[in-house]
Amino acid sequence: MSLPRETDILVIGAGPAGLAAATVLAPSARVLVLDRETSAGGIPRHCGHYPFGLREFRRLLKGPAYAQTLVRRAQAAGVHVATGVNVVSLLPGPRVAVTSNAGITEIDAKLVLLATGVRESSRAQRLIGGEKPGGVMSTGALQGLVYLEGRRPFRRPVILGTELVSFSAIMTCAHAGIRPVAMIEPDPRVTARWPAAVYPHLKGIPLHLSTVITSIEGRERVERVVIKGPKGESTIEADGVIVSGRFRPEATLLDGSDLIRDPATGGPVIDSFGRCSDPSYFAAGNLLRPVETAGWSWAEGVAVGQAMRAALAGRLPQGDTYEVKLIGEALDWVVPQRVTGPDAVAFDRLQLRVTRSVAGRLTVKVGGSEYASRRIDTRPERRITVPLPPRAGAVEIVLEEE
Amino acid sequence: MPDQLSALSGRFDVTVVGAGVVGCAIARRFALSGARVAVIEKAVDILDGASKGNSAILHTGFDAPVGSLEQSCIASGYEEYLAIHSRLGLPLLRAGALVIAWTEEEEALLPTLMEQARQNGVSDIEALSEAAMRAHEPGLGPGARAAFRVPREYLIDPWSAPFAYLLQAIENGAEVLRGAEVISGRRDGDWSLETTRGTVRTGMVVNAAGLWGDRLDERLIGRSDFHIRPRKGQFIVYDKPASRLAAHILLPVPNKVTKGVVVCRTAFGNLLVGPTAEDQDDREHAVLMPETLEALKRRGAEILPRLKDHTVTAIYAGLRPATEFKDYCIKAHDGLNYITVGGIRSTGLSSALGIALHVEHLARLALTPRSAPAWPKVANISETCPRDWQTEGHGGVVCHCEMATRREILAAFEGPLPVRSLAGLKRRTRVTMGRCQGFFCTAELSRLTDGRFVRPMAERAE
Ligand SMILES: Cc1cc2nc3c(=O)[nH]c(=O)nc-3n(C[C@H](O)[C@H](O)[C@H](O)COP(=O)(O)OP(=O)(O)OC[C@H]3O[C@@H](n4cnc5c(N)ncnc54)[C@H](O)[C@@H]3O)c2cc1C
Ligand SMILES: Cc1cc2nc3c(=O)[nH]c(=O)nc-3n(C[C@H](O)[C@H](O)[C@H](O)COP(=O)(O)OP(=O)(O)OC[C@H]3O[C@@H](n4cnc5c(N)ncnc54)[C@H](O)[C@@H]3O)c2cc1C
Repeated sequence: MSLPRETDILVIGAGPAGLAAATVLAPSARVLVLDRETSAGGIPRHCGHYPFGLREFRRLLKGPAYAQTLVRRAQAAGVHVATGVNVVSLLPGPRVAVTSNAGITEIDAKLVLLATGVRESSRAQRLIGGEKPGGVMSTGALQGLVYLEGRRPFRRPVILGTELVSFSAIMTCAHAGIRPVAMIEPDPRVTARWPAAVYPHLKGIPLHLSTVITSIEGRERVERVVIKGPKGESTIEADGVIVSGRFRPEATLLDGSDLIRDPATGGPVIDSFGRCSDPSYFAAGNLLRPVETAGWSWAEGVAVGQAMRAALAGRLPQGDTYEVKLIGEALDWVVPQRVTGPDAVAFDRLQLRVTRSVAGRLTVKVGGSEYASRRIDTRPERRITVPLPPRAGAVEIVLEEE
Repeated sequence: MPDQLSALSGRFDVTVVGAGVVGCAIARRFALSGARVAVIEKAVDILDGASKGNSAILHTGFDAPVGSLEQSCIASGYEEYLAIHSRLGLPLLRAGALVIAWTEEEEALLPTLMEQARQNGVSDIEALSEAAMRAHEPGLGPGARAAFRVPREYLIDPWSAPFAYLLQAIENGAEVLRGAEVISGRRDGDWSLETTRGTVRTGMVVNAAGLWGDRLDERLIGRSDFHIRPRKGQFIVYDKPASRLAAHILLPVPNKVTKGVVVCRTAFGNLLVGPTAEDQDDREHAVLMPETLEALKRRGAEILPRLKDHTVTAIYAGLRPATEFKDYCIKAHDGLNYITVGGIRSTGLSSALGIALHVEHLARLALTPRSAPAWPKVANISETCPRDWQTEGHGGVVCHCEMATRREILAAFEGPLPVRSLAGLKRRTRVTMGRCQGFFCTAELSRLTDGRFVRPMAERAE
């Protein structure tokens, strides 16, 4: 099927966020969704476990069924979903360059939504030492092998990380008959709240807190993993390493574009309508920040889709936006990074995260005066939200640690 | 079949042991000269030794010891690469280098180094004041004091080049036996080499066994004139946007106490920081050390302060086949029809074609050069020329970070040297070598590579 040269709304990424926005927009505009994978649905395509779909469809689904439901609903609403199409650059206009089996083409749109999701950071990014044998991979790669291809890359891996996705890794292993031999966490505490579904599978997997992997050994395949913790160095016999979590937005398209990137989130800078620094580009979903659930990303897609519908109809305010500033060394990032006036926005609250386990008082000010305050006791990767300011103005979020 | 799985039959004029960059270049030279050539490599794919990880700089040899064999091989190898690269489809990134002084002592050494360059025939160098240096490289950190510029230091694709040499050898009659280790040899006029995949009969043997060169000499001629002591080099590769931070190859002033760190772009559009120089006895394991990598990161950010805003794509380590001698150990052993090409430590990518000419000269075989040699072109995977994903019919992109297409991957399984390992596929197509390190494409690759690899990426879950 050949790609149109032009459309009203172009959505990049057929995951929960992109498909949700597309479905909202389809009744009032021509909507084209592009995805570089050979099938649409985003990350949930290879999360072969519960729970997905409660917020969206009030049904408990596994990831692949959820992804299919999203795609079917979008198509039923009139969305054109094209797969096997890589967007390679974002141009003013807006216009995007893509490559598909037909080579390079360009597509013009009235508005573009970026919804390209996240990926996990690699062993290289974490500078994990040792050799480079096969069998060291992210949870995403493992899920793809297990759920999409019916394969098993190892039998006794070590899991690095205790984020939510690390528990998905355990469930993925259980599904494929893989027995993790250890869970390693550099922090003194487990990062995520343990989901109930994972308890039965945790039995017999030793958890090493305050521990790092110092070396991965083996030439062809992983043979051993050397760890260092409170009790010193020790060696674990293992044939694989799952390097899980530490997400990063898949924001490569921002490089070489005019859009401003937020170094703290790694995603684009947006305002409370989801507009990027070039207001013909919008963004939603996990591209905005590491990392949220599918349901949250979907809800963002719906909300930003509604804002885009208003923009198409010329009903989106063009006025000033104001910076949201973080004060407090443990505050990691905030989304949106800029706010508009208080009326009819896509993001109805500010979302933030901390870099480490902290407790203290979080105060939010607009134009210098406080409008909300509360005590927090939280860890990295945990969701924190504060209300939007009641009036227009520059916002400060202050964390005073106890 | 050119790539025999089981054995090589008949008699060869020359057998090259080792398919590193040096062995590939030597095989090409002899094949073009009309010899019947065999190449024996113990790994399942080529370039599995020292040639698997280097800085990919095509050196002029400006800083080589004056009058050394190394210098002359680099000079002639460099010249031949420039002459043949476009015919073989190989890239050339004309980056140029700056040799940068960061201390007063280093600054004082610059004139001597420039004089050495001139003596080595590299006369187009140019002294740069601090201001001139910063005009060339505005991103340099505050400590940089002065520099000189070596305009013809270039960057190339370290894997496609040797692959192209070997491919041209094959298309001119050479035969390659992979996954075969040379265990021993006998001479009765001709050589009979015993390998793990049968016997190979040959008139002459060329030892291009790199990190195992001394061991191979001991196995075949009972002694070795040198001893290999590998020198490890660790690297950090930064993501593509970092390549905009420096146009030149940023070289340190060589110093006896600490080996400086090089910062340079790659032909693939990344930025490289490294290598270290760490002597070790182990020939097999190139171990990455977190502390060393952290130190490289810190040094990188001193050289280019904005590097701290960039993300790491990959880490790797290579082993240089160093010996107790500074110069190359290349020798024709009288009366044995046996040439050792050893200790090609840290410049073999640049000098390989020159070494090949030198070895051909040493061999003194009476050969009739091929009148119309074949000139195969290899697929371009560098960012300096158009890529497959930019053309029609590529079948879709599989590796999204390095933009490797389905057509490129399937092509790597065809031809006379089909890849047989993931490592080999990486070197041929760049799959999984980008910023996500396989997050997105591992699953699909496992399917595309089914039945192609000696060791499959993942077994089927029953
Ligand atoms: C390994 C892993 C496991 C996870 N497990 C869970 C879980 O169990 N439960 C949960 O709620 N959340 C999970 N998540 C979080 C996940 O990010 C969200 O569930 C959800 O997928 C976010 O939706 P999205 O639309 O923002 O992005 P995605 O679902 O990531 O979709 C982005 C889409 O954009 C496409 N794309 C990217 N770049 C381009 C381009 N240049 N051109 C064309 N297309 C492009 C991608 O192919 C992809 O299909 C997991 C995430 C990961 C990485
Ligand atoms: C960190 C680092 C940075 C470098 N940077 C540069 C640079 O920027 N520019 C440059 O020009 N050079 C550079 N080099 C140097 C260059 O990489 C080497 O000089 C070159 O790779 C040596 O190649 P070789 O063919 O001699 O050895 P190898 O690549 O080791 O090849 C020898 C081959 O022989 C095979 N073999 C061994 N024993 C047997 C046997 N018994 N039977 C069959 N096969 C056998 C091995 O498997 C191997 O494939 C660098 C090197 C390193 C390590």
